[in-house]
Amino acid sequence: MNLILKNGRLFDPQLSLDRVGDVVLQDDRVRDLGPDIAASGPGVIDCTGLIIAPGFIDLHVHLREPGFEYKETIETGTRAAAAGGFTAVCAMPNTQPVNDNAGATEHIARRARELGHARVYPIGAITEGSRGERLAAIGGMCQAGAVGFSDDGRPVMNAQILRRALEYASMYGVPIIEHAEDLNLSAGGSMHAGARALQLGLRGISSTSEAAMVARDILLAEESGAHIHIAHLSTAASARLVRAAKARGVRVTAEVTPHHLILCDEDVVDYDTNFKMNPPLRGAADREAVIAALADGTIDAIATDHAPHAGHEKQQEFDRAPFGIIGLETALPLVLRLVESGRVSLARIVDALSSAPARIFGLRGGRLEAGALADLTIFDPSREWTYDPARGLSKSRNSPFAGWRLRGAAVHTIVGGRVVWSGAAATPPES
Amino acid sequence: MPLPDQPHAPHLLGIEPLPLSRIEAILDRAAEFQRQPPPRTLAGKRLLLLFYEASTRTRTSFEVAARRLGAETVSVTPGSSSIEKGESLLDTVYTLRAMAIDGIVVRHSSSGAPHLVAAHVDVPVINAGDGMHEHPTQALLDAFTIRRHRGTIAGLRVAIIGDVLHSRVARSNLLLLSRLGAEVRLCGPRTLLPPEFAAYGARVRLGWDLEDALNGADVVMVLRIQMERMKESFFPSEAEYVARYSVTPARMRAARPDAIVMHPGPMIRGVEISAEVADSPQSVIREQVENGVLIRMAVLHELLVCHEPHP
Repeated sequence: MNLILKNGRLFDPQLSLDRVGDVVLQDDRVRDLGPDIAASGPGVIDCTGLIIAPGFIDLHVHLREPGFEYKETIETGTRAAAAGGFTAVCAMPNTQPVNDNAGATEHIARRARELGHARVYPIGAITEGSRGERLAAIGGMCQAGAVGFSDDGRPVMNAQILRRALEYASMYGVPIIEHAEDLNLSAGGSMHAGARALQLGLRGISSTSEAAMVARDILLAEESGAHIHIAHLSTAASARLVRAAKARGVRVTAEVTPHHLILCDEDVVDYDTNFKMNPPLRGAADREAVIAALADGTIDAIATDHAPHAGHEKQQEFDRAPFGIIGLETALPLVLRLVESGRVSLARIVDALSSAPARIFGLRGGRLEAGALADLTIFDPSREWTYDPARGLSKSRNSPFAGWRLRGAAVHTIVGGRVVWSGAAATPPES
Repeated sequence: MPLPDQPHAPHLLGIEPLPLSRIEAILDRAAEFQRQPPPRTLAGKRLLLLFYEASTRTRTSFEVAARRLGAETVSVTPGSSSIEKGESLLDTVYTLRAMAIDGIVVRHSSSGAPHLVAAHVDVPVINAGDGMHEHPTQALLDAFTIRRHRGTIAGLRVAIIGDVLHSRVARSNLLLLSRLGAEVRLCGPRTLLPPEFAAYGARVRLGWDLEDALNGADVVMVLRIQMERMKESFFPSEAEYVARYSVTPARMRAARPDAIVMHPGPMIRGVEISAEVADSPQSVIREQVENGVLIRMAVLHELLVCHEPHP
């Protein structure tokens, strides 16, 4: 089956591509692209005024299935992903049971294939049950489709275990993804340690609790020559450490979330638990530093850390409520704010959403050229809409951006040459 | 979940959001209740005391205050309720709300718990201490006590000594007394003295030297030191704490001769304060307890009577 994308702005920063033209898709591939190469007719999508980019890939998503289907399922999560312009997501293993074996990995991958919304790349647990004690079946999970390993939600506190995980995973060419948090330094904290935490009487999670682990992990990656990926990097100190490590050739990569780029601890008011996530919203100076680190490529990718929770779980005392917010459906317009404010170029933003995640995790996609996989995101950078989590496709509504006026939206999301989502983003249909 | 719009009921959630006019109104009302026995302005009303954290002094004080004004009180405490069975705070509140309650007093170990309650009920909510956040009626009774002895608070030097970091009493007093014009000196081991508090006012001073803090002080407010902090290694031992921070007669000589000594209780004699100081003529610790009832009567009156919607 053929599809023709007519008169769009073809945009692939990695290939220095930025010109108006058409894209012809055949089966699951890009057959050809260029100015005015295709006629009008059936199977044509008018892309006038829209940007056609390599499909967005979110390296950090919690789909909650199996075990927490009341928060999200693979179906609702991948539909939300597609609506947000993501053609693929990496699914974190902190499900119930934990994805720490080939059978669980295979189940998640198969379920996502059956559904056919966004692609799902499973992330396996580093250690059995993510308990941080014994290595999980990394080899078997790789064969079943895992693309990286993480005990996300928890760090690997034992440095020796992490060193061995790095060495072992490197045989399969996959990264170890670290949720960098020294649990002794962060113990009991529920928001960033700073003036606002003190004012609210909440125990703080210090910036150093992240940076100290980032420093350790960089040393272990340097020693082993293996690839460490820092999940949801949030502090100025972590960014400095990663920048210096990259400069001396350490295989370290990093991601940042839209909320750490847009909000800071001063936005935590009225004990609203939709502003509670881990790592927490940091100080204003940290936010400035991670924006700069995204702009200069120190931080490779933008990832949402989409973490759905049910309403009754979030409607609790702040220190008792679970960490995490949803983010798939708001990521694009939020990060486009950085383009609007001139802090980060559109090219860097699109790269960080698409080509960079594919590049650093060795995933398919992330290119817009003849012969490439036809995973594409077509978005309108200037469409304005108001975000209402109740009308989103995620099963959960725990977002701090409810009611925000946003600019920019995915218009068509194409996976393997097939349109998996099309919509007037202002009002996604009710799920 | 975003908290819904605040209902129209007035609350006392902390000193921070409290306008100066309401502070003055509460202090004046307490003075009025001291001069003459209060009328039973809360007759027929029912006050819910929702105490998720152990408390003798504060709960009893609210109970006595409510009854003196003619109100009935219902106490819900962890041992006696479905709290223990794991019911969420909001579900407990929804259940109790259906029982014709005119006001709720909340004590909770989580900062912000009274705010969560307030956002979901249409009756006044009073914070009786939330986590490490605030304890507004304690600060009000402390201000009332200081005023009775000094006439005014502006210009006084108030030393607050001990576990400043974890103390909601310190936080509320810092906010209230500095707003009323006092110089507030926070003193304790560096591990329990967050530097960010220096930003709370031009006349806020921080230091870990006790003699400096006491020097020329008009008010010495001693905080309880919780021994679990020792286990968390905020300081090495009780002996070291006593050696450096216990308020003794010798150390009190640095303060003004007419300085008053205060303690929010519960007090551990021989640890944060010596028995001689606690029982000295300078001590107003027992008077604080009496004034606590007056302040809580004033708060209940202000919230449940003065703000009653008119038909």
